[in-house]
Amino acid sequence: MSFSAPDSMPDAAGHFGRFGGRFMPEALIAPLDELEQHWRKAMADDEFVTQFDALLREYAGLPSRLYEAERFSETVGARVLLKREDLNHTGAHKIRNVLGQALLTTRMGKQRVIAETGAGQHGVATATACAYFGLDCTVYMGEVDMVRQALNVARMRMLGAQVIPVTSGSRTLKDAINEALRDWVANVDDTHYLLGTAAGAHPFPAMVRDFTRGIGDEARTQTLELLGRLPDAALACVGGGSNAIGMFAGFLPDESVRLYGFEAAGDGYETGRHAATITAGQIGVLHGARSYLLQDEDGQTLESHSISAGLDYPGVGPEHAWLAETGRATYLPITDAQAMEAMALLAKTEGIIPAIESAHALAGLPGVVAELGGAPELVVCLSGRGDKDMDTAAKWFGLVDEADLVAEVKMK
Amino acid sequence: MTSVRSTIEAAQSVGRAALIGYLPAGYPSVDASIELVQCMVKAGVDVVEVGLPYSDPVMDGPTIQAAAEVALAGGIRTTDVFRVVGASAALAPTLVMTYWNPVERYGVGRFAAALADAGGAGLITPDLIPDEAGEWIGAADRHGLDRIFLVAPSSTRRRLEMTTAASTGFVYATSVMGVTGAREQISSAAPELVRRVKEVTDLPVGVGLGVSTRQQAAEVASFADAVIVGSALVRSIANEDAVSAAAGALAALVEDLALGVRGEVER
Repeated sequence: MSFSAPDSMPDAAGHFGRFGGRFMPEALIAPLDELEQHWRKAMADDEFVTQFDALLREYAGLPSRLYEAERFSETVGARVLLKREDLNHTGAHKIRNVLGQALLTTRMGKQRVIAETGAGQHGVATATACAYFGLDCTVYMGEVDMVRQALNVARMRMLGAQVIPVTSGSRTLKDAINEALRDWVANVDDTHYLLGTAAGAHPFPAMVRDFTRGIGDEARTQTLELLGRLPDAALACVGGGSNAIGMFAGFLPDESVRLYGFEAAGDGYETGRHAATITAGQIGVLHGARSYLLQDEDGQTLESHSISAGLDYPGVGPEHAWLAETGRATYLPITDAQAMEAMALLAKTEGIIPAIESAHALAGLPGVVAELGGAPELVVCLSGRGDKDMDTAAKWFGLVDEADLVAEVKMK
Repeated sequence: MTSVRSTIEAAQSVGRAALIGYLPAGYPSVDASIELVQCMVKAGVDVVEVGLPYSDPVMDGPTIQAAAEVALAGGIRTTDVFRVVGASAALAPTLVMTYWNPVERYGVGRFAAALADAGGAGLITPDLIPDEAGEWIGAADRHGLDRIFLVAPSSTRRRLEMTTAASTGFVYATSVMGVTGAREQISSAAPELVRRVKEVTDLPVGVGLGVSTRQQAAEVASFADAVIVGSALVRSIANEDAVSAAAGALAALVEDLALGVRGEVER
């Protein structure tokens, strides 16, 4: 196999094979170098590692449980172990990355944090970490997204963050990243850009992977405890790819463990309305790294589409591009309809409402079972909980159709 | 055709700084941008930067972002940019300023060949550092194109050495830590950056980001070899509805800036 152990990747310049690197304004190169030095020093420092571990345990509620979903397992014909990141503080795996980067921010002596957010989940997680550490927090959010996710705007403001509407471009996540980068270049002396996914310029993809790799490391240990052996495969959803890279990092050296990432195919990747970057995108450069992206013939970024805001991004982390190219991991598309069906199935069989993002990984199970054959033992990253998605689910399934509700009340 | 470097040095030899003007291709339309670029040269710009509109311009402030959005909404294609370059290069050395992905998507070698065919002089690459530019450096050499990289106040001495060694034409010094856009004052970091660049290279140094007035042009001309103006030019045409009026406003500003780079300040 043509991949190296995760610790040796990326190379010194941040490349995963031909992916990754730094496609950034020169003004940010020295700050990125400085960030990399602080991060590498911190990871080698027992004090930092101890502090980070304690934060994860005492504040975020980690390690998350590995839960065997027996009734759900029966429906898919496999033994399904769910990595319960949905039970973490703030309701998703993202707390790992924000606590790691916020702790690093304090070590760097910076007082201000900026972040981008799409649906608001990373913004809420960042605002949470900043409140915990007493850091000044500014979150950039597309104007379109602010309207769609007003509740998360309220949460961020409640946590003391300033939310700035982004009115340029498509007014969504990618434009929020652009605006955060513009802020960073002007304020880098006292400001850390707390990027929310395993993408962007080096060292972000490697750093975010290392802050989230607890998902995979814990899952590996827990699977060995539960089954006495490694799983046949590990599954996760992929937008930018932070929960997936965290899960995969724990199993990369175990060649017997197949790795599957599930991308958002929206209305179907063949319709053009999707976010399945690896499945249907081409190689290019966006937001600081070479990877797969959705672009037109002239290299202009295309808008992505997914029912899941957390996967609605036209790029993907460079390590995923590399894992796809080397064949170490397999990336498959899941449509909105498939994801919603899986969401409902988990809710009804296990009493767990998953985030729509995570439901993409669940929806991938039947295909993996068919491919592996027998009754395989599979670990799935349940990256987040579905409370935030109830509005979308209610509309999709017609749960609270107003006319129906009125009729029901009248009947009584 | 006169090279970018010799044009800047010719200005220096008569005791002034060169004036480099930026306009985005396709703004407000492809044909209008051709007219405006030519108008800019006739009014006194020495070297032209044609911007290639891009969907995610992270180095640009609101003025140039808005212009790029108009150009993209108007359906501009990469091939149209070469047409604007061709029309401009007939009058003055002309560079393309572009984010990297459109070049990579077009094909680096193919882009270089098309640019050279159009008479273009080279590329300014705001998000491509020499560390990642191996393919472009090779293509530029094959087609005789200048490769102009940026340096910033945050650049270390080692990076200044490496970046200037990889540059031809001139060195683009960004005067502030920030994005493009007119500013009230010239950053105090600019003269210091130019001094540091001069320590490591003989190439001319152009200073950009924030210059919008004759007074500021004169100030920058006192310590740099070339004065780069972008957002202020875009703003001058953004305020006008008719292309003829835009051209008039643009020419007036360029004439004023041209006096500035000659050290002629208003009293």
